[in-house]
Amino acid sequence: MDVIYNIFAILEKGIVDGLTPSLGAEAALAVMALIKVFLVANVGLIMVMVFIYMERRVLGRFQVRIGPNRVGPGGILQPLADAVKIMIKEDIVPKAADRLIFNLAPVMVFVPVMLVFAVIPFGVGMAGGQKYYMSVADLDIGILYVLAVTSLGEIAVLMAGWSSNNKFALFGAMRAAAQLVSYEVPLVLAVVGVVIVAGSLSLTKIVEAQAVPFIFMQPLGFVIFITAVSAELNRTPFDLLEAESELVTGYHVEYSGMKFGMFYLAEYLSAFAFSAIISTLFLGGWQGPILPSYVWLLIKILFVFFVFIWVRATLPRVRIDQVMALAWKFLLPLALINIGVTAVEALLWPTFPWFLAPVNIVIGVLAVWAMAAAFRNVWEPQWKPARLATAPVGG
Amino acid sequence: MTRPWQGAELARAISGKLPQAVVEAQDNAVQVKPAAMLDVARLLRESPGLEFDYLASVTGVDYIDFFEVVYHLVSTRQNHSCIIKTRVLGRDEPVVPSVVSVWQGADLQEREVYDLVGIRFEGHPNLKRVLLWEGFPGHPLRKDFILDREKVEYPYLRG
Amino acid sequence: MALKSQPIIVNIGPQHPSTHGVFRLRVAFDGEVVQDVEPIFGYLHRGSEKLAEERTYTQIVTLTDRLDYLASMTNNQAYVLAVEKLAGVEAPERAKYVRVLIAELMRIASHLMATGFFINDIGAFATPLMYCFREREKILDMFEMCCGARITYNYMRVGGVSHDLPEEFYPALRSFLAEMPARIDEYEELLTENEILVARTKNVGVISPEKAINCSISGPVLRASGVKWDLRKADPYEVYDRMQFDIPVGAAGDCYDRYKVRIEEMRQSLRIVRQCLDQMPSGPVLARAPSLVRAPAGAEAYGHIESPKGELGFYLVSDGGISPYRCKIRSPSYINLTALRDMLLGWKLADLIVIFGSIDINMGEVDR
Repeated sequence: MDVIYNIFAILEKGIVDGLTPSLGAEAALAVMALIKVFLVANVGLIMVMVFIYMERRVLGRFQVRIGPNRVGPGGILQPLADAVKIMIKEDIVPKAADRLIFNLAPVMVFVPVMLVFAVIPFGVGMAGGQKYYMSVADLDIGILYVLAVTSLGEIAVLMAGWSSNNKFALFGAMRAAAQLVSYEVPLVLAVVGVVIVAGSLSLTKIVEAQAVPFIFMQPLGFVIFITAVSAELNRTPFDLLEAESELVTGYHVEYSGMKFGMFYLAEYLSAFAFSAIISTLFLGGWQGPILPSYVWLLIKILFVFFVFIWVRATLPRVRIDQVMALAWKFLLPLALINIGVTAVEALLWPTFPWFLAPVNIVIGVLAVWAMAAAFRNVWEPQWKPARLATAPVGG
Repeated sequence: MTRPWQGAELARAISGKLPQAVVEAQDNAVQVKPAAMLDVARLLRESPGLEFDYLASVTGVDYIDFFEVVYHLVSTRQNHSCIIKTRVLGRDEPVVPSVVSVWQGADLQEREVYDLVGIRFEGHPNLKRVLLWEGFPGHPLRKDFILDREKVEYPYLRG
Repeated sequence: MALKSQPIIVNIGPQHPSTHGVFRLRVAFDGEVVQDVEPIFGYLHRGSEKLAEERTYTQIVTLTDRLDYLASMTNNQAYVLAVEKLAGVEAPERAKYVRVLIAELMRIASHLMATGFFINDIGAFATPLMYCFREREKILDMFEMCCGARITYNYMRVGGVSHDLPEEFYPALRSFLAEMPARIDEYEELLTENEILVARTKNVGVISPEKAINCSISGPVLRASGVKWDLRKADPYEVYDRMQFDIPVGAAGDCYDRYKVRIEEMRQSLRIVRQCLDQMPSGPVLARAPSLVRAPAGAEAYGHIESPKGELGFYLVSDGGISPYRCKIRSPSYINLTALRDMLLGWKLADLIVIFGSIDINMGEVDR
């Protein structure tokens, strides 16, 4: 019984101890890290396939239709068919495109997301009396590393849009520059509240500090974080970067073949990464009764992604200036209020006892209601039809 | 029911203000001189009792000896309708004044008549071909239109 | 030092998921704000008016199918009404009731499609669209029972309709009438109070009633601007004068009101269908008229109806033969585009798609 719970810890200890006599302690740890990287990369990509399948089936059920169900039993092999299709398509580079940046952009989108998986703790196990965390590297600055690395993907979006030499792609890239950068601010500030409560930036310590899951202790932070993550992932209602009905997939409209596959993969990979981050920061990570730790994390990740699909199936798209207004005028003040309240609580009750959870929920609800009432005009059109600045073009 | 104006009645109403405009009063339409078309249009839209504010349709017909432009007008306030026609004799360069300044709805309709029948509308701000492309030989809805496939050029297909 | 900037000219279409057909819009943007708009169409021009001069009056019914191909029944209805006016043929009572019933079902189907795609353009990724299509499928199945086709029906004839309603039509219609009101309420619940939808469509693309009348706009767009002008009430044709129904009229003339007007019109159409079903007499569905319809030489007629997109009219001139001398199609979508430039200037790219979708045009009608 114990073996199932601690299987990964036992394997890790076994491999490190087994290799130390022949290679030395440092090299053994390095080999272990490489094995972990290999495993995590594979798990990530397999989970991407699961996510793609889940999205299409669940979205189909929301829309009163069956999703893909032809390829393989129940459509399970559909993502595999998609992957094969993308890989065998011809790689077209537009003649007037900026070749170096055009080829570099997909790579720059994919790599930062992969880097995030280095710090996510997939579970915990005991082996030989020692606690092993199932993460590739348990950095002390875990969450700061995650936020920094995911910002790199935004440059890639601009690179893709500009180098395509296509006006629609440029539109998408300009919108991306505005949206992705603006939503970094509430994203980071929402995490600050969590860090104050947990007392550390390290993701494993944040999970271990969640006797009460932070979704109850930091409800306002949770709401802000999940909204900002929606915007960072380009998911509806913030998917104007690839608004199919307007920009025909926006910044990656000129990509085909495996390069497009990179964008596609990166999108779902970052959905997986951010779902994992949300589960770690707010839902208690690997903690849970009966089932092994890594199974619990998986369940929570799938649940968070299900909520994302649910929102995508229901809500229409927001306009770019409304998106900006939401980030700067609504989420930012709310995040600052959240930090203020959390800091005061940290001074008065440093150990954050459980009764602060209902207090925070009440404060959160009041804050959102007050902000919504005070800033009703966040949703209003931010302009009246402008007067023409130049003479009419085109006769 | 929308009451259609009888030709005689409408001819009387128009002749009252513009005596030289009416050429002929038919059963349910009034035929007007092309040169007076703009004044007649203004009269029909503005004078109380007529108030034809809605231009339902502008049609160009090729009656081999002459071209005819038919205007179907409706008043949404008084719920009555009327038909005005103008004729341009001969087949070369038919020109009719444009009524776009009176009813903006004539904009696209007059362009279509120019495109398909070949009647020019003087005073139209943007008289370009709308359904066919610039450079199409001839005007298809004319009775003497024969499509010579060799002469048709497709400017958007190169080589 | 002043920065010199130039508007960027973008071609939207003709191949684009949101232009509802082959429609090209040349837009000059300053950033994201529309500076100038030039619509270019004619990609679907098939010369229907010229073709009509070579076909008999009955054969032209198939041509009219292909105008607004998403609402073929009402095209047929407008045309046969014009011919009946021209040739002096009177359709029997039952035929009139059948025509009104079918036309109102067609109106519901067309508005379902218009609403579904309008919300799709706003970005709600096909979920309301799939719901709307679920109902539209039922209507199309009923039409298939009547005439065997799902899109180009060729159902109405000069003097009536080609086939009577079959036996299996009535239970299908009754079950449709039973469940449709609940479905319309379901759409409203999902969409009408949705804050994002309201923010995207309220006060967007406004057109004033005077301008709308001056631009010859008709249909739901005109009624959303506050003009109570519906040909079914203003100039009743067939048996509309015996039906009781209301005309929904908007207040602000923006995209949100157009959407609401279409939803309400669907409800009113259900009322009319119920009344038709109750009042329908028995009898022949096709008048005893010669199959080669002729009209006196020099006769002309303008027959118009309220189609789902607006005022659809046919102006026919006869020369005494078996074909019309001139068949002019007054298509609502084409003329509704007159005000496009005024509605779009000053708004942003996202609004452009929304406003364009709210006018609800069909390229088959625009280009003929």
